[in-house]
Amino acid sequence: MKLAHRLPRRVDAAIAVPDHNVPTTDRSQGIADPISRLQVETLDANCAEFGITEFKMDDIRQGIVHVIGPEEGLTLPGMTVVCGDSHTSTHGAFGALAFGIGTSEVEHVLATQCLWQKPSKTMLVKVEGALGKGVTAKDIALAIIGQIGTAGGTGYALEFGGSAIRGLTMEGRMTLCNMAIEAGARAGMVAVDQTTIDYVKGRPYSPKGDAWDKAVAWWNTLHSDADAVFDRVVELDATKIEPQVTWGTSPEMVTTINGSVPDPASASSETRQHDWTRALEYMGLKAGTPLAEIPVDKVFIGSCTNSRIEDLREAASVAQGRKVAPNVKLAMVVPGSGLVKQQAEAEGLDQIFLAAGFEWREPGCSMCLAMNADRLEPGERCASTSNRNFEGRQGQGGRTHLVSPAMAAAAACAGHFVDVRFF
Amino acid sequence: MQAFTTLDGLVVPLDRANVDTDAIIPKQFLKSIKRSGFGPNLFDEWRYLDHGEPGKSNHDRPLNPDFVLNQPRYQGASVLLARDNFGCGSSREHAPWALEDAGFRAIIAPSFADIFFNNCFKNGILPIVLDAAIVDQLFKECEANEGYALSVDLDQQTLTTPTGESIPFAVDAGRKHRLFNGLDDIGLTLLQADKIATYEAQRKIEAPWLFA
Repeated sequence: MKLAHRLPRRVDAAIAVPDHNVPTTDRSQGIADPISRLQVETLDANCAEFGITEFKMDDIRQGIVHVIGPEEGLTLPGMTVVCGDSHTSTHGAFGALAFGIGTSEVEHVLATQCLWQKPSKTMLVKVEGALGKGVTAKDIALAIIGQIGTAGGTGYALEFGGSAIRGLTMEGRMTLCNMAIEAGARAGMVAVDQTTIDYVKGRPYSPKGDAWDKAVAWWNTLHSDADAVFDRVVELDATKIEPQVTWGTSPEMVTTINGSVPDPASASSETRQHDWTRALEYMGLKAGTPLAEIPVDKVFIGSCTNSRIEDLREAASVAQGRKVAPNVKLAMVVPGSGLVKQQAEAEGLDQIFLAAGFEWREPGCSMCLAMNADRLEPGERCASTSNRNFEGRQGQGGRTHLVSPAMAAAAACAGHFVDVRFF
Repeated sequence: MQAFTTLDGLVVPLDRANVDTDAIIPKQFLKSIKRSGFGPNLFDEWRYLDHGEPGKSNHDRPLNPDFVLNQPRYQGASVLLARDNFGCGSSREHAPWALEDAGFRAIIAPSFADIFFNNCFKNGILPIVLDAAIVDQLFKECEANEGYALSVDLDQQTLTTPTGESIPFAVDAGRKHRLFNGLDDIGLTLLQADKIATYEAQRKIEAPWLFA
C-alpha cells in the first residue's frame, strides 16, 4: 500500500494482534528468533504509523485473533469479518459472515473496505438431539467432517442448525464454526439467538445505550426463514456422536474413540486407498489398531479451536487429581488470550494443570502450527485440540491426532487415547 | 500483477489428493515479511530430505529423488497437474507466491480449495478445473510421454495437448478479464469510490455502532 501511495480507508474497522509466531514462554526479553521478531516489529510499526489499533505482545488483551475478536466485542452479529487466516470462519458463530482471505485481499480490504465476491452455495448442517456427556462441539465438528469430507463444503457457506447447535454455548459454536474450513467451507455460521446476544452484551467494544437496543432489534432478525431452501442439507443425530479421534493426515480421517485404524483396502476408491496407505505410513500406524491403544508423546491444549475458558475448564476437570503419564514427554496448555489466562488463574485452573504436570503457557497459536518454538520432533505423536492434522503441521515428521480438550487431557493422564466418558 | 494470456508449458504430475498449503509452503517460511523468493522452498518437506528454515541456503540441501518435482524430466515445468481439493488448509498467500516463484503459471485439478483458488488469481496463476476423468487422462498421457507439454489459451479458454486435442475450460468472466490484462484489483475497486462512500454513509445511519 505504501508503494502505491494508498492509505487504509477505515482504521476504525481494523484490529491487529500478533499471534502466530509469538513465544508462549517468558516474553520479558522479546522474541528470540530474529525473523519472527522482525515480522512482529514490522506489524507494530505499521499499526503505529497508520493508526490501527493493535493489542501488542505485552497487552493483557493479546491472544489468538479468533479468540480476542469475540472476547472484546469486536466481532458482532451481522458483520462481515475478514482476516488473513482461514480460521476466520470462527466468527460466524455470531451470525456474522466471516471468512479467511489471502494477503492481497487483506490489502484490498484495507484500501477499499470492499472485496469482489460471488455468492456461495448454501448448506444447512442440521444436528438434532442432545449431546451425550463428555461429547463436545469439537466432536460434532469432526463428526461432520468425517461425514462430508474435507472438500464437502467447498464452494458453500455452512449454516449449523438444529437443537444440538441451539444448545451449544457461544464458545462451542465458535469451535464448530472454526472448523467449517476443515470441511472445505470458507464460512460457517449459526443464527443469532438469545445466547448470542447475552454473550455480546457488556463487552468492551460492543454497542452501548440506545445503539445497543437498536443493534439487538436488528440482530434478532439474523436467522434463516423457516421455509428457507438450501442447496444441500446434511443431517446428524447428536445422540449418536461419540468422542472423536483422527487417525490420519486429514481431518476427514477420523473415527470414534471406540474405533480402530481402518484398513486402506476398505477405502471407497483407488485414490483414497492410496491416500490412506500413505497416511498410515506417515502416522506410523497399522490397520486394525484400536484408537484407545495408541500411546501419545505430547499433548497440546490450545489453538483458535479450543483455547477458551470453557475448553480449559473441561480439560482441568479431567486433569484434576491426576498426573500426566510418565511416557508423555510434554503436556502443554496454551490459553487463547491474556484474559482467558487471567480468568483461568482466578479459577485456579492453572494450579490444577501444574499439579498434574502440564505446562502453563502464555497465549498464542503455539503448537497448532508450530511457527514459534513449540513443535513436535520427527516421529512424535501428539493428542492435540487444534484443527489440522496435516503432515508436518505441528513440526516436520510430527504425528497429530485431533481431539476435544477433555479427550486431550485424558490422553495426557492415561498416556494413550482413552474414552473420557469412562475415565 | 503479471498478465496471463497464453502459455506453452511442460507439465509435472503431482498425483496426490488434498495437497494442503502446509505441504505447499511450510509455516516457518511465513515469518518472512517479503512476498518473493519462496520458490526454492515450494513443497519443502517433500522436496528435501532435511529440514528447511528461512535464511538457510537451499543449494546444498539433500534432495528427495523420489519426489516428482525433482525428477530431471520435469525440470522447467510451468503447468502443475494435481488432484482433488488442491490447496486446502490455510489462507497463506505464500502458497501461490511459492508456486509462481518456482515458475508455475497454471494448475490443473478436478477441484481446488476456495481460498487458494482466489489467491491464485491475485498472483497471475490460472487455476483450471477439469472433470476428474479428463484430469486422469492428462495424468496418464503426462506420465507416459517425456516432455509432455500443454498449451493454455486464456482468451479462448482452451488447453491443447501435444496430439492437438483441444480441451475447453470454464473461468469466471471478471477474473478472466483481470488476469488476462494483469489489472490491479484495488485500482479497479477504487473506480467505484463514490458508491463505496454512499454505502458507508447509509450504513452509518442504519448501524452506527459499526463506526467508531
